[in-house]
Amino acid sequence: MELQFDANKGLEFGLYTLGDHLPDPATGRRISAEQRIQEIIQLATLADQAGLDFFSVGESHQEGFATQAHAVVLSAVAQATRQIRVSSTSTIISTSDPVRVYENFATLDLISGGRAEIVAGRASRIGLFELLGYDIRDYEDLYEEKFELLLQINREEVVNWEGKFRAPLREARILPRPVGGTLPIWRAVGGSVGSAVKAGRLGVPMVLAHLGGPVSSFKGMIDVYRETAAEHGHDPAKLPVATAGFFHVADSSQQALRELYPHINEGMKITNGRGFPKQLFAQGVDPHNVMNIGSPQEIIEKILYQHEQFGMQRYIAQMDFGGVPFERLQHNIEVIAGEILPAVRKYTRKEAA
Amino acid sequence: MKIVVLSGSIAGSKTRSAARYTAEYLQEHYAEHETALIDLAEYAMEFADGRNYLDYRGDTGMVAQSIMASDILLLGSPIYQASIPGVLKNVFDLLPGDALRDKVVGMFITAGSQRHNLIPEIQLKPILSYLKAHIVETYVFIEERSFQGSSIVDDDVRFRLQRLIDDALTLADVYARVRELKDEQYGF
Repeated sequence: MELQFDANKGLEFGLYTLGDHLPDPATGRRISAEQRIQEIIQLATLADQAGLDFFSVGESHQEGFATQAHAVVLSAVAQATRQIRVSSTSTIISTSDPVRVYENFATLDLISGGRAEIVAGRASRIGLFELLGYDIRDYEDLYEEKFELLLQINREEVVNWEGKFRAPLREARILPRPVGGTLPIWRAVGGSVGSAVKAGRLGVPMVLAHLGGPVSSFKGMIDVYRETAAEHGHDPAKLPVATAGFFHVADSSQQALRELYPHINEGMKITNGRGFPKQLFAQGVDPHNVMNIGSPQEIIEKILYQHEQFGMQRYIAQMDFGGVPFERLQHNIEVIAGEILPAVRKYTRKEAA
Repeated sequence: MKIVVLSGSIAGSKTRSAARYTAEYLQEHYAEHETALIDLAEYAMEFADGRNYLDYRGDTGMVAQSIMASDILLLGSPIYQASIPGVLKNVFDLLPGDALRDKVVGMFITAGSQRHNLIPEIQLKPILSYLKAHIVETYVFIEERSFQGSSIVDDDVRFRLQRLIDDALTLADVYARVRELKDEQYGF
């Protein structure tokens, strides 16, 4: 199924979780992996009921994460939800067999009634290369070869393929096939322009992660992506862009900063070994900063500004990083459903002429 | 505060001698702080390969994590071929971008020739600036003749090292207070 974004419906709004499993800095306590996974499924259910468009789960194999088997978690999400699209953010395609990934996500598509998507990335932390038996020196080549094989499996039910990192495929029928015949497959892009260029060259949809910084920087990356796509014979108008980043809503921006900062700072210390500088975080509430943190009205204005600058089709919010208590996530979803989503949809919808 | 004194060479003895003196002086006169001496010659270091510093194991992981956990880094480096030694550059390469943010870094340099006395300005300070260190601007430049065996026999060098320590501690204290003040302003 080709991705169809209906401009009449306005900007799509989704949630993503990396599946991190970290202590709540307020208490120092960490819930069990079992509870964390149940809460992720519950979060997806609430997002679905609230009318959000998209929910996705990440794959990380390092300590401090619980969704290594993200496709399995997603199948539970699919079963628990009705409307919302279900995806990975991201599947680490470099260290996976694209055949198995496709089998998993095509199955997810059948379970969910055609709601599955794949976002394929190459991992920011590289411990999983050793864990899964890959050589870090092949970091770039593994990603490109496996990503392209995944695209080929999506295009062709019967695959003939030969490459460096996997046994050849001869007249191989990759089954099951998804409901619409193909799956939406996106490329995950982090902070480097080089990655955006590569996505543009391949002419595949791009999910752009942005932790913080000026909208103008990320606009530059999106522009480069679309220009590169056009230079390589792809129609940028048919290539959706999704942006992904931190989100937290509270009564005021000051309260939002106060509530969220310890989670981001302490969580990043554990997962990356460095915290998030407070000075940079404080700038997050600026209307031209990509972090969607603030009061409902401030967030609406930020998202509308980002939409105007980026022209993206989908925004996905990360609101659960670093042991955020579940009640807080519930509150976020209530405010999204009650205030943010109606306004965002209203003002990003292309009026039927 | 956590202080790491790093001897950034695996050859020769001058840098190690100056590093030892610095670490011992700190332990003796500033016992309230936690001082660790890391002499690269004593560790089996791997080359940086781009992974997160938390993913290095053994000595390499220990060195990277000790530096990341420190508040003050006192760096000793000789000058080789008009630059810092590869082993020291490798230590920087293990670290993430902005690794030295909120850390105070002081330098003591040993060299066989006075002709090298501006090398730290053009070779070492740009690296430290890139990593966002608060640099103690004045460094201690030590020549061969100030050593006898492994001892520093030049009183002027001892005094300058003591002032480097004093400046680093003072700056670290001041920056910590600035952060506190800023934190109050931020209110989160």
